[in-house]
Amino acid sequence: MNIKHSKLEAINLDAYYGDFHALKSINIAMEEKAVTAFIGPSGCGKSTFLRTFNRMNDYIDGFRIEGQILLDGRDIYTDDVRVDELRKEVGMVFQKPNPFPKTIYENVVYGLRIQGIKDKKILQETCEKSLQQAALWNEVKDKLDKSALALSGGQQQRLCIARALAIQPSVILMDEPASALDPISTAKIEDLIYELKKDYTIVIVTHNMQQAGRVSDHTAFFYMGELVEYAKTKTMFTSPKDTRTQNYITGRFG
Amino acid sequence: MTNSEKNRRKDKAFQVFGIFCTFIGLVVLAIFLIDIVIEGIGRIDWDFLTSLPSRRAARAGILTAWAGTIWILVLSALIAFPLGIAAGVYLEEYAKKTKLSNFLEINIANLAGVPSIIYGLLGLELFVRIMNLGGILLAGALTLSLLILPIIIVTTREAIKAVPRTIRDGSFALGASKWQTVWYQVLPASFGGILTGVILALSRAVGEAAPLIVIGALAYVPFVPSSPMDEFTVLPIQIFNWTSRPQAAFLTNAAAAIIILLLITFLLNGIAVYLRHRQQKKIKW
Amino acid sequence: MRVQEKIIEGLLWLSAAITILITVSIIWVLLSESVLFFSEVSIVRFLTEKEWTPLFAEKKFGIMPLVAGTFLTTVIAIAVALPIGLTIAIYLNEYANARFKTFIKPLLEVLATIPTVVYGFFALTVVTPFLQSFIPGLAGFNALSAGIVMGIMIIPMISSLSEDAISAVPRSLREAAYGMGSTRLQTAFGVMVPAASSGILVSVILAISRAVGETMIVAIAAGQQPRLTLNPLVPIETITTYIVQVSLGDVPHGSLEYRTIFAAGMTLFVFTFLLNNLSFWIKKKYQEKYD
Repeated sequence: MNIKHSKLEAINLDAYYGDFHALKSINIAMEEKAVTAFIGPSGCGKSTFLRTFNRMNDYIDGFRIEGQILLDGRDIYTDDVRVDELRKEVGMVFQKPNPFPKTIYENVVYGLRIQGIKDKKILQETCEKSLQQAALWNEVKDKLDKSALALSGGQQQRLCIARALAIQPSVILMDEPASALDPISTAKIEDLIYELKKDYTIVIVTHNMQQAGRVSDHTAFFYMGELVEYAKTKTMFTSPKDTRTQNYITGRFG
Repeated sequence: MTNSEKNRRKDKAFQVFGIFCTFIGLVVLAIFLIDIVIEGIGRIDWDFLTSLPSRRAARAGILTAWAGTIWILVLSALIAFPLGIAAGVYLEEYAKKTKLSNFLEINIANLAGVPSIIYGLLGLELFVRIMNLGGILLAGALTLSLLILPIIIVTTREAIKAVPRTIRDGSFALGASKWQTVWYQVLPASFGGILTGVILALSRAVGEAAPLIVIGALAYVPFVPSSPMDEFTVLPIQIFNWTSRPQAAFLTNAAAAIIILLLITFLLNGIAVYLRHRQQKKIKW
Repeated sequence: MRVQEKIIEGLLWLSAAITILITVSIIWVLLSESVLFFSEVSIVRFLTEKEWTPLFAEKKFGIMPLVAGTFLTTVIAIAVALPIGLTIAIYLNEYANARFKTFIKPLLEVLATIPTVVYGFFALTVVTPFLQSFIPGLAGFNALSAGIVMGIMIIPMISSLSEDAISAVPRSLREAAYGMGSTRLQTAFGVMVPAASSGILVSVILAISRAVGETMIVAIAAGQQPRLTLNPLVPIETITTYIVQVSLGDVPHGSLEYRTIFAAGMTLFVFTFLLNNLSFWIKKKYQEKYD
């Protein structure tokens, strides 16, 4: 497939949990300011793969990788890369909304606070801008000092997106961001993704085939730790090359 | 009578016995508390609370004893609180599952099971003799700190464990370091639970007499301690001392002092229960 | 930043490592003084002599009377706490409704929060006179009332740990028993208690360990007369009481009498250490069984 400008890239990537070979020589390049979807059955390695891009697997005992992950052409697993700097560049939204047990405002500015930013004006401006980008501002602007846990599930997830946007990343990783939400909230998240791809490179893991079809430009199908097929979403859904992809898309397993 | 009728009767009989057992301890406790209150409440007045100890029962007060108890409480808290939380955080957030951390865990469980009087022997040798402190407040507080440290560590770990993994992930994903995540997310979210544990540990410390007797806390201290380097007594030792005397008037004093000690104990436990309740209501993950 | 993180981790590690230092210090303190003690008094004498009179002119150093006193009060305490505690655990699990449980459990825990010196007062001034009213030969200080009161104190320990063990038994087992027409009692004793037996055993061992190390109740109510007897009606002395007794007196540091409390403490520590580790071992095996 033809990639115009590659933002993220994996080269001969292998990953292991102890003895378990979770990812097998993956090679992939992802388009800047586009949405790439990872699909595949449970346990196929797609979430593990997603988490290698911001090194979230670092804390798991026994996890190790071989090969390279490039962000803007630079290997992110070399010793001189600081994980905290990397994660400012590569934000992440999780499967289950995980707002901190703090106020809405404190949730959004948390990433700035830990960078040592104390200027109230900057914090407030960033908070408003991020919430607006996440299409949540109008719903919460009068209760910024209320607990984030009081929000609905869908609002919580958009808050988590706002929280990720506040530190101005260029990539956003989304690990099944709508799987815990109702259909209306899911639609809002999908609309949001469509808006966000104007400015951000988005990688989304999803179980939901229709969702992949609706939101993504490119789709990668994973099966048992292998990247089976990677193509334009339209192409893959209409004429998959591999029979395993075809079986999965048509719902024969998964 | 058929077999199944017999079985049903036995079942009923056990149920009655179960209720009896459940309440027997509480009934005994109630009898005892009533007995203490009847015996001691008349003795409690302003003079009793503010008088120095005396050889004459009617003039003796518990000023030095409760002042010593408060001193011990505060000092033990200051020593054991940071140490216990730090150890709990290390074991729960940092330690890898190695043989060493496994050993640390068993060791702490063991320490929690060491009788308090053994801690007294440790304090006697370590603080009183080798560090040459003598039987002063600081030595007593250090001894009790060691005693309650395992309790604080264990409850800290439980409170930290209750914070969901997703909160840590969320923090790491925003670029926070390990310590930032612990400091800004894990500790605030588990603070209620930690505090509950610390207060329960302190309520244990407040009732301890044996280790303090061993390190040489005195029964008779004619002044209120004004620094950690002063000699001291505490309420349980005062109670022990009065209980060991043959004259009935001293038993009345002991009962009165017990009322005060129980008030402090119940107050601490009440705070702990309240905090736990509030914590459970406040955060539902 | 990275350096700061490392420093913090180091400090946290140090705090955790202090716990090992405490254990080492306990063992070292007990050992070093005991070694000095045993250099003057042979271990054989310590273990076989039938009297303990280190504070008298004619000194005897047999630990057995103190062990017997400790054993006696512990047995009485467990004899009180085990049937009551276990019955409570079964009753709360199989009979009581959830609301009663949430109401009664914190109340039972109150029993464990009362300072032991208070229980001692209770044993001496209430329980002993009460028992004397129908046990004529009962002395003013005795193992019986101290043991009973200690048992009451330990009830919540056995009841709550046993209850945890019983409620950890898989539901399917209980349902299978009910399905075959068992009454609650038959289910409890035929299925639940046997299935939870190792957990119940752990609770009893920990309770024994607690009773062995208990000090103030026995120091106040059981007497200070080391005596090689299993008669619960007469004054005795436990290991812990002896340590308190010496601590209250004016025994000079470094003297043989001073070292006796460390030898006694060493004995006590060995007992509780073995009991605690036995309980951990059983607990670990038992957990593996269910996983």
